[in-house]
Amino acid sequence: MQSFKAASTNPEFYSHSSFYFRGDDSDRNQTRFTDLGELEQSATAFPHDDAVVLSPSSMFSLKANNVGGVPDSLQYGTLNVGGCLDIGSTITGTGGGGCVDTGQQQPYMYQQQKGTTSSGNGHFENWGDNSAMADNSQQTDTSTDVDTDDKNHLHGVQHGALMVVDSTEQAKERTTGDQKTLRRLAQNREAARKSRLRKKVYIFTFHRHAYVQQLENSRLRLSQLEQELQRARQQGIYIADGLPGDHGHSVAGNGALTFNLEYARWLEEHQRLIHDMRSAVNSHMGDNELRILVDSVMTHYDEIFRLKSIAAKIDVFHMLSGMWKTPAERCFMWLGGFRSSELLKILGNHLEPLTDQQLMGICNLQQSSQQAEDALSQGMEALQQSLVETLSSPIHCPTGSDNVADYMGQMAIAMGKLATLENFLHQADLLRQQTLQQLHRILTTRQAARALLVISDYFSRLRALSSLWQARPRD
Amino acid sequence: MIHYQAAAESWGYYVPVRMSMGDPLERVARLASKSAVVIFSVSSCCMCHAVKRLFCGMGVNTTVYELDQDPRGKEIERALMRLLGNSSAVPVVFIGGKLVGAMDRVMASHINGSLVPLLKEAGALWL
Repeated sequence: MQSFKAASTNPEFYSHSSFYFRGDDSDRNQTRFTDLGELEQSATAFPHDDAVVLSPSSMFSLKANNVGGVPDSLQYGTLNVGGCLDIGSTITGTGGGGCVDTGQQQPYMYQQQKGTTSSGNGHFENWGDNSAMADNSQQTDTSTDVDTDDKNHLHGVQHGALMVVDSTEQAKERTTGDQKTLRRLAQNREAARKSRLRKKVYIFTFHRHAYVQQLENSRLRLSQLEQELQRARQQGIYIADGLPGDHGHSVAGNGALTFNLEYARWLEEHQRLIHDMRSAVNSHMGDNELRILVDSVMTHYDEIFRLKSIAAKIDVFHMLSGMWKTPAERCFMWLGGFRSSELLKILGNHLEPLTDQQLMGICNLQQSSQQAEDALSQGMEALQQSLVETLSSPIHCPTGSDNVADYMGQMAIAMGKLATLENFLHQADLLRQQTLQQLHRILTTRQAARALLVISDYFSRLRALSSLWQARPRD
Repeated sequence: MIHYQAAAESWGYYVPVRMSMGDPLERVARLASKSAVVIFSVSSCCMCHAVKRLFCGMGVNTTVYELDQDPRGKEIERALMRLLGNSSAVPVVFIGGKLVGAMDRVMASHINGSLVPLLKEAGALWL
């Protein structure tokens, strides 16, 4: 079988397997992903009765090689790669099921130990963000305690192991003809399941690769930007010495480049904070410590708003252009950033369970942010309309000098109108910031942590989507 | 008594100046208390347009004073600028006679949920 190692341009991202991605360099990551290539080999090499560290993103299937040979004692654990990989659909209640409790993403948990954090969405809605896969220092809390009673039945069941059903291994254990038929059926099922798994794993790998590519690209971009900034600064200095008129231009240029650079740095730091928070959530950290992490993410958001506000004073058009974002983000941008009403739609029902009061608060926030957005949008339309009127109004005066005066007059008015752009951008950023803060106020610490993770994952995926799109094969 | 008279006499010539200085703000306060929601605006100002649309979208009736159409509008604009410390005088919103502020304060109070109760209290919003 072919290996499914994702083609990697940068081997260091795949330290020992294609699914092992370190979001940061810390050793907190206890993830153990195994390459599907290793999967093939592990069948024979697999230590049968060892406890295996389960990571939520590890794929596993359980097969009961039981003596009884009864199909309904076959168990299949759920792979939870955020739910998009659903290996088995049959689960029977024999003994410890192979459930991975990932705490955060559990759309398809058969024997969920925790009732609380299920988000209830299946499939791709809960598709673990690649960073979730990556930043996996979750301790997997397997509910797979195999009773000693069941040990006989579950001889050879591997918990959380990546395992290939290898028919030659079982050959020794089958004796009767009846069992042969049953075994054949079982093997067929197993093969079908395996091929579904392989398909899903492939998709997963592909997406993960795209994510990694995107991350790598942004690191490259960061260093490119740094170089450009150096060059621009040097040019800026030169120009300032040379032509006074150009100084303003180079300052604006510096503003844009500087901001792009700052944003790239901010994003990296943001991802690191999110990673930490995700680990905290999944390791069921106490509320007090979690609150510190949540607060740090919120403070970090404040930081980007501060940077945007400074940059807007230097170059408002750059801040409205969204050039520091990926194309997909830019496409769906509103007034220099995300729509705060959209934020709440992203959260959807990830926040449940909510108290009545919280629900009302969220609904009100949804409504008020929508209204505020609409108001600002209409204000912007009015601005554009009035600019059109100013710039398109004919110059009536017959004499040449008056024409110029009129023209200059019009330009002055237009300049005044443009100046209000900065105010609109500022209001839009305030709206975004306040929506986040209000959300923080309404939610409990744990809910807020989850909300921030969901939001971050959404934008992360949007960025990955952008990369995927740009890298797509064209005929 | 004599004390005060002397004081009044010595401050006498200041009084008219103080009156005219206070006048625009007094006028503002008077106008603000006449309706539930009062917006001081300039007809060409787009941010004012935005704040008007905000209230309109909420179904709130507002009383708008376009300062560029008022003979003493300039005074009021200057007074509002001093009052709020903003670089632009308008828009400024009063609800129930009380100052709410410029666009940023109006939006902030809407997002944090304090605007609607304020409007209800002033009788500008039902339900």
